Amino acid sequence: MEHYNMNLTVKVWRQKNSRAQGNFENYSVKNISSEMSFLEMIDVLNEELIVEGKEPIAFDHDCREGICGQCSMYINGKPHGPWQANTTCQLHMRAFKDGDTIVVEPWRSAAFPVIKDLMVDRSAFDRIVQAGGFISVNTGNAVDGNSLPINKDAADASFAAAMCIGCGACVAACKNSSAMLFLSAKVAHLALLPQGEPERKSRVMNMVAQMDKEGFGACTNTGACEATCPKEISISNIARLNHEYLRASLTAEK
Amino acid sequence: MLDAKIPSGPLDIKWTEYKGHCKLVNPANKRKLEVIVVGTGLAGASAAATLGELGYKVKAFCFQDSPRRAHSIAAQGGINAAKNYQNDGDSVFRLFYDTIKGGDYRAREANVHRLSEVSGNIIDQCVAQGVPFAREYGGLLSNRSFGGTQVQRTFYAAGQTGQQLLIGAYQALERQVALGNVKMYSRHEMLEVVKIDGKARGIIARDLVNGKLERHFGHAVLLCTGGYGNVFYLSTNAMGSNVTAAWKAHKNGAAFANPCFTQIHPTCIPVSGDHQSKLTLMSESLRNDGRIWVPKKKGETRKATDIPEEERDYYLERRYPAFGNLVPRDVASRAAKERCDEGYGVGTSKQAVYLDFADAIVRYGKIEAGKEGKPDMSMEEIIVLGKEVVKEKYGNLFDMYEKITGENPYEVPMRIYPAVHYTMGGLWVDYELQTSVPGLYALGEANFSDHGANRLGASALMQGLADGYFVIPYTLGNNLAEEIYSKAIETSHPAFEAAEKEVASRIEKLMGVRGKQSVESFHKRLGKIMWEKCGMARNKEGLQQAIREIQELKKEFWNDVRIPGSIDEMNPELDKANRVADFLELGELMCQDAYNRNESCGGHFREDFQTPDGEALRDDSNYMYVAAWEYKGEHEWTLHKEPLVYDVVKPTQRSYK
Repeated sequence: MEHYNMNLTVKVWRQKNSRAQGNFENYSVKNISSEMSFLEMIDVLNEELIVEGKEPIAFDHDCREGICGQCSMYINGKPHGPWQANTTCQLHMRAFKDGDTIVVEPWRSAAFPVIKDLMVDRSAFDRIVQAGGFISVNTGNAVDGNSLPINKDAADASFAAAMCIGCGACVAACKNSSAMLFLSAKVAHLALLPQGEPERKSRVMNMVAQMDKEGFGACTNTGACEATCPKEISISNIARLNHEYLRASLTAEK
Repeated sequence: MLDAKIPSGPLDIKWTEYKGHCKLVNPANKRKLEVIVVGTGLAGASAAATLGELGYKVKAFCFQDSPRRAHSIAAQGGINAAKNYQNDGDSVFRLFYDTIKGGDYRAREANVHRLSEVSGNIIDQCVAQGVPFAREYGGLLSNRSFGGTQVQRTFYAAGQTGQQLLIGAYQALERQVALGNVKMYSRHEMLEVVKIDGKARGIIARDLVNGKLERHFGHAVLLCTGGYGNVFYLSTNAMGSNVTAAWKAHKNGAAFANPCFTQIHPTCIPVSGDHQSKLTLMSESLRNDGRIWVPKKKGETRKATDIPEEERDYYLERRYPAFGNLVPRDVASRAAKERCDEGYGVGTSKQAVYLDFADAIVRYGKIEAGKEGKPDMSMEEIIVLGKEVVKEKYGNLFDMYEKITGENPYEVPMRIYPAVHYTMGGLWVDYELQTSVPGLYALGEANFSDHGANRLGASALMQGLADGYFVIPYTLGNNLAEEIYSKAIETSHPAFEAAEKEVASRIEKLMGVRGKQSVESFHKRLGKIMWEKCGMARNKEGLQQAIREIQELKKEFWNDVRIPGSIDEMNPELDKANRVADFLELGELMCQDAYNRNESCGGHFREDFQTPDGEALRDDSNYMYVAAWEYKGEHEWTLHKEPLVYDVVKPTQRSYK
């Protein structure tokens, strides 16, 4: 693979804190290698800002290998940037060319208030999980792991949904800021397993109620979430969620 | 000073006996007892959830924006358990033995046996929580092999086992949050332990969003804060992984054990340049199917795929025929370094070896062709089928490799090189996971107890969850039974006030330096010293030199670091400065420990102590002990030796040949 260096203009959203008014700032960065990751490019820019006595850009990141779900930014209007099935931290600079201008913003959703610059508060996701995204089994109660065979297809489908990293790109991509893909992935993960059966109805009802309370918008099936999801969580999970919700509303005893 | 409190009696009934006789706390009293859990990875989340279920009042802290982000999430390959589902000769004893041997006879027998005993319960618990482990067509759990073992005991969920286990623990934790048993503090970092009358009674934490210092009381404090691999700057750890909580405990009286025992993982994506901020692991599970080789010719310039079979050196298979590509990590890493140092390395930097799947693709393709009843299928068709199988097993790892390097590992071999991955050393703990400070515990990677001088693959997840789900619920109760008469202490107590003041003045001092160099630049320089002189190979002179260089660097840091912004706001540079300041002190202790240990064992390889064929040369008569360091003041430590007694296993020279 050919490597090259590039000079870029980076237009970044700067916002002091949740109460402050934010605005875009332009920065130019030079000699960026195509082998760098996108966040390493921001590291280079931050290093320069510090040396110049300015405040570096605050952004969330941790594992830098696409699994913790902490990195979260629009890059040129797209959550996690131009590559398919990718997180910001795994985006590499060979996606850009010399002279490009790159626009970087934090997630935009009423349910994800900005904390500073590119950092947002995603604790709404934790509260949705608290509402029912679990199986109630205290430690020590389990039977032998092989006592209950699970059909491989169901186990694989459950795993495919459980791969969600909770980054919030689905919300960021949705014109309604809907959290349906996130929520449906959790509901599907647990509903597909026999262990999830006892709480199947209450789980979906409670999680949906919490989602509505957090101020996420409604789903209008445009599919932007699926197209953006770094883990390619399928929109068919939303169909399953609707099915589970309807089933629970019609049959739940309450 | 150091009493490991190992129960008496035969090895295989110690834990049963302990559980049968440890003190209990009744449910009404548990409600009055407060427990602080710092860190929410596998050890912390499982401990916080389980203690919450038992009825304790728990406060859990993490510096990330959600407990689900802890770096356990990045573990790829799997989790070991002695289930013997494969009927291939596994047992509790076998897992115990492999772990002791893998650790090069520098771990405690009693701890490791307990770990092995509870390993099966972990799998059961995780399945019950809905962890979607890989399954066979009959619906039963699937297993694969990992390094240092000859059985298949590793449970996995594709290449995302850590993620799935952590989400299981996270969900159990959030359930307890909803029930009001656990209060969660995200974006909070612990900056001090508060001790009252010699016991740990709370912490000072900083709210990272507004910079405010907070005081939190607990009848006990559990540190589940992971390892310190980021002292090397470049490692497979997350950017935020740090030693600060453990280091504050150390400076407050908790001994730090075997700090030089660092695991260098053999299969990571090589460094591509000075801009590199972290390294990415390619799971050990890949060594089930991938073959490691270098060209037989020095300075080879042909592409990997153009080098014929007979001109390739499969050096692990050549040197270690019994275990082949599945030798333990320390052995595989050193062998890769040896080949590269000799001039056989590949890629632009020549600091890499090949991990090749071509054979596995053909082998799997032929099996699939057989299943389809088409034995005379063409090679092209076989390869297509084989790639599908490899994709199902390792797809996410192959994708990750391609994103980072821009090369397609289905077509060309991966280039890999060893990188810092895990730290076996950590806070010294006794059998009950209590540090040398009463009331202060360390769980998971943060403690030193189970892996000796080298950890076997798929055992970190096992240990984190063993500590949190199945060990601490018993051992904590045994100690808290004494505390039922102790009322919660008001945080206006002078000890809290003094601790908070200490933290505040330290932060002000850092901010007040107003120097010229960034925190990151100091961290990089520290990492370079550590990697070159206290990394994969160490020697006496290098370590002495490293200690001097680190002391100088520390001075320079406190005179010239520049931290922009202010204290009372979200300030990631300040957070990082707090962590790097502690790494600078830890680095010195690691070098001191490596200097003291005049032998090679596991991940600690002293060039001056090796066998004629380049294997680690242990010195059991002089160094069969845990080196537990007590902090005495700047640059000063006292060494305490906890002798390691082997009642069951006979230590021999570790051989994988």
